[in-house]
Amino acid sequence: MSTTVWIILAGAFFTYLTRVGGHLVLSRFDRIHPRVEAGLNAVPAAVLTTLVAPAAVDGGPAEWTALIVAGLVSLRFGLMSMFLTGAAVLIAMRYLLA
Amino acid sequence: MAVESIEQGAASREFWRGARASIAVVVASAPFGLLFGALAVQNGFSVGEAVLMSATVYGGASQMVGVELFGQKVAPWMIVLSIFVVNSRHLLYSAVFGRRIKHWPVFQKAIAFFFLVDPQFAESERKAEAGEPITFVWYIGMAIPICVFWILDTLVGAMFGSLLSNAHAIGIDFLLPIYFLGMVMDFRERPYWLPIVLVSAVASIIAVKTVGSPWHVSIGAAAGILLAVILNPGTQGQKA
Repeated sequence: MSTTVWIILAGAFFTYLTRVGGHLVLSRFDRIHPRVEAGLNAVPAAVLTTLVAPAAVDGGPAEWTALIVAGLVSLRFGLMSMFLTGAAVLIAMRYLLA
Repeated sequence: MAVESIEQGAASREFWRGARASIAVVVASAPFGLLFGALAVQNGFSVGEAVLMSATVYGGASQMVGVELFGQKVAPWMIVLSIFVVNSRHLLYSAVFGRRIKHWPVFQKAIAFFFLVDPQFAESERKAEAGEPITFVWYIGMAIPICVFWILDTLVGAMFGSLLSNAHAIGIDFLLPIYFLGMVMDFRERPYWLPIVLVSAVASIIAVKTVGSPWHVSIGAAAGILLAVILNPGTQGQKA
């Protein structure tokens, strides 16, 4: 097998390890301390924010408008409406500002 | 027989419910699948290798980093390490999600963890928060379309990547951040949501400018989680 295939398979192995690993470690404990519980509850917001914030800072007026409008839409409507509105605003703004 | 068909009906409804939840993800991730395929071939992967990576690693950001480093002729072990670092956030997803599916048989868990990508995790958490049960059939119903389309997008991108020239104009580079913002907003009922989001945002922005990518994900996440740990009064309760 080529080096590339080995890199891919090793990458896949370690990726799977991350996806089972957290569970394997945590399931060894019978009780979860309330602070650990609080930390785990924070995981989705904390991690997903890091996938948005740097991209937002690197963006310009078009990206900022799209995020703000999408954020406002999400206060009232579901994820799909929020996403499609955000995408439409982004494309329109980029077209207008180009 | 009657009971069985009722159960089958319920199962297939669950499957389609999951499949419906996958639609937005399939749309949002398509550009990245195409882009990954194109980048992989540009950086010296064969079409087959690009597809193999999407089918086995199955993690967009880490795949992008992987082919980028491969193109720069970085040592193989460094490439593998970078893939691991980018995906290390899944350790946290795994710990949280594992508690939601305690009752599943081991082999179902083993399969489910393979598919535990960002939107799959976020949607499962949202469902758990709404008090709905997370069934294996629902989970797989969501996972299969996402994974199959991810592989198909990679294939198309790898074969026709050179046609993908004006990616910026149609906004494909910024669709995922919009999607992830939606996921962040979905968790706004959780304790200390706003302070956690603000701290993670600031920390990840500082980290990306100083330490650099992909470390900003771990650093930003750690800052927000640490804040939650500190703010928690340490008393019992405060369920998700």
